[in-house]
Amino acid sequence: MTTETLIGLLVALPIAAAGLALALRTLPRARDVVTIAALAAETALAGVLLARTINDGTTAVRLGGWAPDLGIVLIADLFAALVLLVAIATILVVEVFALGQRRTPWGANPELTGPLLLVLTSGVALSMLTGDLFTLFVAFELILVASYVLLTHRSEAAQVRSGMSYVVMNLFASALFLIGVAVVYRSTGTVNMALLAERLPELDEPVRVGIGLWFLVVFGTKAAAFPLFSWLPDSYPTAPTTVTAVFAGLLTKVGVYVLVRFHTLTGMETLQPVILVVAAATMLVGVAGALAHNDVKRILSFHIVSQIGYMLMGLGLFSVAGIAGAVIFFVHHIPVKTVLFLTGGLIEEETGTSRLSDNGGLAMRRPFLAVLFAIPALSLAGLPPFSGFVAKFALIDAGIDARSIPIVVVALAVSALTLLSMVKIWMGVFWGAPPRGPAPPATEPRRRLLVGATSIGVAATLVIASLAGPLWNLSERAANELLEPTAYINEVLGSVTP
Amino acid sequence: MSLALVIAIAGLVGFGVHLITARSLSRVVLGFALLGHGAVLALLGSGGPAGEPPLADRAPVGELANPLPQALALTAIVISFGLTLFLLALARRQHELTGDDLVEDDLEDRAISALAEAEALRGHHDD
Repeated sequence: MTTETLIGLLVALPIAAAGLALALRTLPRARDVVTIAALAAETALAGVLLARTINDGTTAVRLGGWAPDLGIVLIADLFAALVLLVAIATILVVEVFALGQRRTPWGANPELTGPLLLVLTSGVALSMLTGDLFTLFVAFELILVASYVLLTHRSEAAQVRSGMSYVVMNLFASALFLIGVAVVYRSTGTVNMALLAERLPELDEPVRVGIGLWFLVVFGTKAAAFPLFSWLPDSYPTAPTTVTAVFAGLLTKVGVYVLVRFHTLTGMETLQPVILVVAAATMLVGVAGALAHNDVKRILSFHIVSQIGYMLMGLGLFSVAGIAGAVIFFVHHIPVKTVLFLTGGLIEEETGTSRLSDNGGLAMRRPFLAVLFAIPALSLAGLPPFSGFVAKFALIDAGIDARSIPIVVVALAVSALTLLSMVKIWMGVFWGAPPRGPAPPATEPRRRLLVGATSIGVAATLVIASLAGPLWNLSERAANELLEPTAYINEVLGSVTP
Repeated sequence: MSLALVIAIAGLVGFGVHLITARSLSRVVLGFALLGHGAVLALLGSGGPAGEPPLADRAPVGELANPLPQALALTAIVISFGLTLFLLALARRQHELTGDDLVEDDLEDRAISALAEAEALRGHHDD
């Protein structure tokens, strides 16, 4: 299989499988087999793509053979291949968890979860591989439509209520995105990102900065950056655990991903101070929210916001070390965050609630669950020897190199506060006295599957930590490619695909 | 881009944003319709001056309108049409559940800020 076919398949396979799974929705076994098989195949394809990209470099495909200024171009560079593999493997783990959880009152509707997760996968793949702004818009819509339905499909009061603010906020960002595309097309005559990389720097300074800021707002809304984050901690916790876990690991990260892609490609170094201020505010506000709240899923949702700040910090430094730090942060954050939400789901399975004040003493009853929570929690806080330490160390080192001391101080302080809020969950859920009254019966149906999926996720985060050396080299290479995009541009504009 | 087009886009976006900030979801839906039209008009306008329909062999190439923004606009229209329907379905469900279609506050967040206010009051009382 050529690499070009591989890239096309990564987008087409999940969407085709989604159709098939939807057609088979009344046959549970066939539907689940199709879903899992498609996600496993997709993970394997993403692995092959990463291996080939490491060896052969960037590959571009022109769909239908159209010239890049007219047609759609898909392109896989190291950044795309690396983040894509992590993202898709994470979705696979969540789908296994969903298989275990669907019988319970917290589970998502199995008839919809599988197909919608596949649609989401396709959208994620397209948004990472696309080479033009408008296809990126379509990919966003694909992800969002799947996420709207996943969030609200049980149509309970809380989900409809929070789903509304989620949908309204994202639709608004999409409308701004479209207007941004119009402005870009008007001023440069193209929406292809490689061409934009050549033409945007030639524009007048105010127009260029305006476009950069406009897309900072658009992608910042998707990424839940300060001050456009409030929809996230409102909506995520109301969804079924499996859904929240996927959202937490992926959706906001796609926003940051395209922000990194667009702003490095078009050379937006002038926005550095703005991005750094946004990054610091995002970290602080997120962790402050996490400290104030009293529900495991809420606290974890605020952490998503806080962690987005770290990735923005890496982008804001606009140095190889900073961007490499952001890349390695992606690789660490996606699985860790997802796994934390899965353990949140396990806590809910166990005690019937994720509120801290109604929990307690779980470490005695379920010691293994306590371990499953502790590892990603410490990793998120950035303690050695876990993956979060590697990622945060890289970012802070880059910050010191760039002499951006304020952002380094904020990053370190927020790290300590993150640990504090994790301790808060630990004290509330795992230590202390069990809640009074009879404990709700633990739902047994497929508990092994739930714990198994979560364990695999936790193990994966440990593997990432142990591969820190090679991963760092890859991230540095990816960062070099992002900051010196000649290979990317040449591949899109120069190569002719039969 | 003609001045009339600019005014139309500004008007649509302005009224759209105004309606979106309303509490009632049916107004929000209308707001999105307007905002979406504004964005699509902007896309169309970004293609340069109007020309003949871009069909092969109907007119000399120089007189054709730019077809690319039209293709983009068409895609955007289809997407916003589907999403408007989804919003309407949400509004209907909210109406079923609560008897109105108002976008409500984040309850948990309200509870947390009420807690903070109560603590502030207690601190004041102790002094």
